Amino acid sequence: MVIKVLGSGCANCQKLEALAKQAVAELGLDAEIVKVTDYADIMAYGIMSTPGLVVDEEVKTAGFVPTLDQVKAALQS
Amino acid sequence: MNVFAWLNDALLKMTWLNELVGWLVERVFGLPLEGRAGASVQFFIYDTVKIFVLLSALIFVISYVQSFFPPERTRKILGGFSGIWANTLGALLGTITPFCSCSSIPLFIGFTSAGLPIGVTFSFLISSPLVDLASVILLASIFNWRIAIAYVVVGLALAVLGGSLISALKLERHVEPFVFGMHLADARLPEMTTKDRLAFAHKAVTDIVKRVWPYVLVGVGIGALIHGWIPGRFISAVLGSRNPFSVVLATFVGVPMYADIFGTLPIAEALVYKGVGIGTVLAFMMAVTALSLPSLIMLKKVVKTPLLATFFTIVVTGILIIGYTFNVFGGQLV
Repeated sequence: MVIKVLGSGCANCQKLEALAKQAVAELGLDAEIVKVTDYADIMAYGIMSTPGLVVDEEVKTAGFVPTLDQVKAALQS
Repeated sequence: MNVFAWLNDALLKMTWLNELVGWLVERVFGLPLEGRAGASVQFFIYDTVKIFVLLSALIFVISYVQSFFPPERTRKILGGFSGIWANTLGALLGTITPFCSCSSIPLFIGFTSAGLPIGVTFSFLISSPLVDLASVILLASIFNWRIAIAYVVVGLALAVLGGSLISALKLERHVEPFVFGMHLADARLPEMTTKDRLAFAHKAVTDIVKRVWPYVLVGVGIGALIHGWIPGRFISAVLGSRNPFSVVLATFVGVPMYADIFGTLPIAEALVYKGVGIGTVLAFMMAVTALSLPSLIMLKKVVKTPLLATFFTIVVTGILIIGYTFNVFGGQLV
């Protein structure tokens, strides 16, 4: 599984990255977390508002920091 | 008394809370309310409690509504309009689209690649921080609905006219070229469930309260000091309507301040009670919220200096005009 955290490196993107790491650890998943900071790459996913969470190339959330439960749900669906 | 007035007093102005705090200050702390210390303590406790309660309730409701208007949807809606209608809608959507200045760059690229003139993007960018719905309702609580509505109307007018002016000046050449080279993919974003929206609203409340509480306490503290200790004569000499420079002073003090609107409201409240013109106070609040160094730094990455300077000049000029106009004609609003 590839998890991508989209965002230019602002505080919210770092929070989302930390949440993703925590969710992966708690669920015991085998996942790679990638940060996408280039705007052209971010916008290729069709989102204008960061942070964004992408799991296996599918946009799960955009524009806000989801809760840990929402991140877990996104990883399991 | 009609139902609306009763609800307004009980829920928005919380007059009962003021009386309760007054009783507490007088009977429990033993400070007479007519005295300086008593008046300051009453102001501090009442304002702090009221602002945090209202803020939490308002942010929850507003964030829930905002979750229906992500920038990607706003961009689609705006794409169907042109001319001043696009600017007007951009300004209106700026008030309900959840947006933080860290997303300025993708927003700018997204709007531009949808074929929107840069003026529409600027209408959005001016109204978004300026006409914040929670702060408007707090204005109604602290002053009254006439002032709150007047604030919304002039704030939106500034956004519409400012954006239209930027469009008319044809400043596209001062946008960084990479903006025109990027495109926003047309992807469907996942629809939020009601549970997601509630979680979003709840998180917005905790995030915002965590971020703004020091500003609110400092703001209420300054307000309480002004309320009890600083002579009205001194304040009206510096900021009163008779001093022709009061609006200029309030604006230029406000622009570099990176305070939160919720922290500036209690200061504004105390100043108005000390006889400062409503235009001067509105100019101060608008200057604090509309222009901030962090958002200018973000914008600098997508636009070149002449366009940024034009944007800055238009907003400052607009705020000055609003301030003087309200000082002359806004007296009956208070």
